[in-house]
Amino acid sequence: MRVKYFAWVRERVGVAEETVEPPADVRTVSDLIGWLSSRGETYAHAFEKPKVIRAAIDQAHVKPDAVISGAREIAFFPPMTGG
Amino acid sequence: MSVTATIRIQEANFDAAQEIAALTRGRTDIGAVVTFSGICRGSENGEPIAALTLEHYPGMAEAEIGRHADEALSRWPLQGLTIIHRFGRIAPGENIVLVVTASPHRQAAFEAVEFLMDYLKTNAPFWKREESEKGTSWIEARDHDDAAAARWTKS
Repeated sequence: MRVKYFAWVRERVGVAEETVEPPADVRTVSDLIGWLSSRGETYAHAFEKPKVIRAAIDQAHVKPDAVISGAREIAFFPPMTGG
Repeated sequence: MSVTATIRIQEANFDAAQEIAALTRGRTDIGAVVTFSGICRGSENGEPIAALTLEHYPGMAEAEIGRHADEALSRWPLQGLTIIHRFGRIAPGENIVLVVTASPHRQAAFEAVEFLMDYLKTNAPFWKREESEKGTSWIEARDHDDAAAARWTKS
């Protein structure tokens, strides 16, 4: 699946998007944050406060307990500040 | 008559007066137009800023604003709706966002603009970064914006 990062999450991770293949036991958005955090210091820094991070699956907002199976695109970003 | 919202996510500046004229041209059924323009301030928390840079999530920005436009059209008797949100570098004094609603009477037009702005602030995937003499920093979300959006879901 494709993972996208925005704003300071993108800056901390160091890439805007990438393709990842998480293991089968990574079922939810929250699991994916945990798995990504274990991939290195940049990820651990980006996701150090998981409660702050917002997520979208296929361009719609989701909660941390959302199931990721079948998702084409998952995005992680800080609270929005548009308008 | 079904109303289709005009939604644009663009880097270029826009002219609010032109957008209002486009919405009302040739119409005699519209009784009220309410416009909200969000403009880049030249200071943030008392400190001067050089510019804002807005990052957005292409695709989702259009989808999310479209969902809220559809909700506004179903909740209020609107005759026209235009939403424009810019991205990229925006200098103080320039437009950031525009919401224009048209309806037979003012109440629907006022309420729909407030509803849309409250949701744009908290749910549209845009992030502001400010540039100042001290460097650049991401603007933090405000709790009172979340509270403003939540009041529209109270029963």
